[in-house]
Amino acid sequence: MWIYEKKLQYPVKVSTCNPMLAKFLIEQYGGADGELAAALRYLNQRYSIPDKVIGLLTDIGTEEFAHLEMIATMVYKLTKDATPEQMKAAGLGAHYANHDNALFYNNAAGVPWTASYIQAKGDPIADLYEDIAAEEKARATYQWLIDMSDDPDLNDGLKFLREREVVHSQRFREAVEILKEEQGKKKFY
Amino acid sequence: MSQKQLPQEFYQLMEELQAVDFVLVELTLYLDTHPDDTAAIQQFNDMAYYRHQLVPQIEQYYGPLQQFGNSYSGYPWNWNQSPWPWQI
Repeated sequence: MWIYEKKLQYPVKVSTCNPMLAKFLIEQYGGADGELAAALRYLNQRYSIPDKVIGLLTDIGTEEFAHLEMIATMVYKLTKDATPEQMKAAGLGAHYANHDNALFYNNAAGVPWTASYIQAKGDPIADLYEDIAAEEKARATYQWLIDMSDDPDLNDGLKFLREREVVHSQRFREAVEILKEEQGKKKFY
Repeated sequence: MSQKQLPQEFYQLMEELQAVDFVLVELTLYLDTHPDDTAAIQQFNDMAYYRHQLVPQIEQYYGPLQQFGNSYSGYPWNWNQSPWPWQI
């Protein structure tokens, strides 16, 4: 089971109300390479992955939910004081019409999250290579977001998340090596 | 809804817990792929012990950090007491 802890993994601060940054950030909430996709991908793949890497998929999948909460906190703080006028001016008029200032699982272009973003192939190498690619794509997205943001407080949180993608990618690469080593072991009877 | 005012000590302790938990999550993922590293396991267990000392100090100001029996409740039931993490 999972147990919620009433704390963020890393402190989230924003300098000012800025709904346009929130519009871009939502990519990491409900986008193809976002945190929801990551968490659901890993926690679903773990049932058919070899035992040696179940722990890793469980732990990284769980950490992704902590990242999802950080992104949600950023979006919430950037938009909570925004007026309908400000939402509209930031390109969030269509969002406001459907959701008011509530969060929703869609990407920066407003496309709702879909399970077709993720795969479970039942082939350990195929799954882990997808996971490595997912981490690298998420890292790149964080970089593009940092490049567009002029909020130093927000960027501190985004840089933390960017570095976590690097660590996850590294661990998945090690998992591939562990499985290759297992596969290469010849059994004699 | 009125939010509980938290003293300065809470913010310092919470930052300390976030730092400790960062060490723990890093060691966890590292040990998932390096299960035979004795020194890392020793460091992990030391940090886990330290975490257990730290949590009750935070809960004294903030109330329960976890549910399902992992934290004790005050009276009245204080799990739903604000602020929640995104409100801090």
